[in-house]
Amino acid sequence: MVRDRSVYKPRRSLVTSDTPRKSGALTRSQRRYGWLFCAGAVIIIGAFVFYPALSALYTSFTDATGFNIPQWVGLKNYQDLFTNPDVLRALLNTAIYTVIYVPILIAVSLGVAVLLNREDLPLRGFFRSAIFLPFVLSMAVASMAWKFILDPNLGFLPFWLSKIGIHMGDVLGSSIWALPTVTLVGVWKNFGYFMVIFLAGLQGVSHELYEAAELDGAGPWRKFTSVTLPGLRSTTTYIVIMSLIQAFQAFDQIYVMTSGGPDHMTETMVYRIYTEGFRNFHVGAASALSYVLLLITFAAGLIQLWLNNKHEKEDM
Amino acid sequence: MSSASTSTSTSVGRVRRRTSRTVSTILSKVGVYAALIVTSLITVFPFFVCLMTSFAPQAQVNAWPPKLIPTSWTLDNYFQLFHRLPIGRQFLNSVIFATGVMVFSLIFDSLAAYALSRLDFKGRNVLLVVLITGMMVPYQALLIPVYKMLASAGLIGNMNMLAMILPRMADVAGIFLLRQFFVSLPRDLDNAARLDGAGEFRVFWSIVLPNAKQGIFTLALFNFMNNWNDLLWPLIMTSKSNDRTLIAGLSLLNGSQGGAIPYGIMMAGAVISAIPLVIIFAFVQRQFVEGIAMTGMKG
Repeated sequence: MVRDRSVYKPRRSLVTSDTPRKSGALTRSQRRYGWLFCAGAVIIIGAFVFYPALSALYTSFTDATGFNIPQWVGLKNYQDLFTNPDVLRALLNTAIYTVIYVPILIAVSLGVAVLLNREDLPLRGFFRSAIFLPFVLSMAVASMAWKFILDPNLGFLPFWLSKIGIHMGDVLGSSIWALPTVTLVGVWKNFGYFMVIFLAGLQGVSHELYEAAELDGAGPWRKFTSVTLPGLRSTTTYIVIMSLIQAFQAFDQIYVMTSGGPDHMTETMVYRIYTEGFRNFHVGAASALSYVLLLITFAAGLIQLWLNNKHEKEDM
Repeated sequence: MSSASTSTSTSVGRVRRRTSRTVSTILSKVGVYAALIVTSLITVFPFFVCLMTSFAPQAQVNAWPPKLIPTSWTLDNYFQLFHRLPIGRQFLNSVIFATGVMVFSLIFDSLAAYALSRLDFKGRNVLLVVLITGMMVPYQALLIPVYKMLASAGLIGNMNMLAMILPRMADVAGIFLLRQFFVSLPRDLDNAARLDGAGEFRVFWSIVLPNAKQGIFTLALFNFMNNWNDLLWPLIMTSKSNDRTLIAGLSLLNGSQGGAIPYGIMMAGAVISAIPLVIIFAFVQRQFVEGIAMTGMKG
């Protein structure tokens, strides 16, 4: 082991970005303490992430109910995923949720971040706090409020809309509108958080580039597309992946606002895992669905790592 | 402006251009404010409705048309809430759960983050790769096997609080968040301390931690907030009303009687559950937002 780490070019930033330089005495004690310091976290994460991930894989090939002695059923649970219309509905709903959620979330959070990105804007702190508020408070609580606001017999939104001649009806009971509605509540809850990250990204875009663009006679839109957007590339990658992962995991507002209804039209993957695993006791089937969730989340994470790498190489 | 224009027309043009520019700046300022005000109204409105409805008499809550400001102010919803749910107990559960996860995960995450950013030990890079893999596993996918483990260990039903806290005593995302902050500290600091004879724990405790306050603080708030607000986890890990957290307990009110939803009472619960977070964030929002910004930028 004579490799000099100080000239070692890191390939994966998360892994090797800051390896300490070796020097005899220090290293010896570091060897001893390294695993000791990691022990607590390694035990917890091993026991409650890695072990269950493997045991869920096994369960997904059995007919476990939580009460029986599980029998091996091979790929049956996975085949059922693609033949059971309710599961297919849940997969489709998650896909629709994602397709609505991600673009709207990014457009809104980026838009608001651009508006707020002026140090001299009066009341800037007030706006930022107000817009950040939904992220701080619980989705379950906010969903109760939204359910009330949307209630066709009691709510403010149907009432106000009726004043301008629009009959809103029962959106949460509508098989067409319920899913977009709970999706938009998801956007409403989280865009303040992504706005903060976009704001941080915007601070990193150099002023000189804007000035240069201005000298070239670029208008606000042109400046946005040729300076702001390219400058936000790695921020946007991060936000796309984070929001994808959030969309795959939608649950709280659905549990509170629609309970998956009407007629399974708002049941998502996590909602289905919850009802199958903890209400209907189809533990094997729920484990198979859990694995689908795990794999698509994992795929999103890998894409993030890969893009990060690529950007870093290009920036070097 | 063509080059043939006279000097007067040029200056007139300049003046005109300047006025039109001020007009457009004013218009764009008005537009920016209008957009920000509308956005803030949309984000704040549901919470305002919550607060007002919680003080409104039930007759008003269940009447059409809806009124924003209570016709007469009453604490009736709060009394009803305390009558229906063990709110004090659930509030305490929330405090113990959120604080417990926060404290333990800060300890284990920061120790691991220190080792992974400052110490050179065998298997370190393998461990990093394994942990990154673990970070990409969503907890929702592990609900069933984790529940099974905790149930067979006899924790569920007897020691629900431990069952809820234990699996969350460390998390990979937290380790990497802290590691980002630790990595940015100059290494000379701790090397100097080591040469002075400080042990690794001493370096960790008196050199690295105090210099990464922002990171510790951000992670602490994240953990407290996420666990305080979590619904699915306590919903699964508890079944008795007395074991539930506030958020999971409140959801019992929702549609539990089959008939009309008791909105007024739900909103009273919502207000109580929001109070601690609102108080915390009234004081530390700026630091928290800055912390998020720092973690987000690195992505």
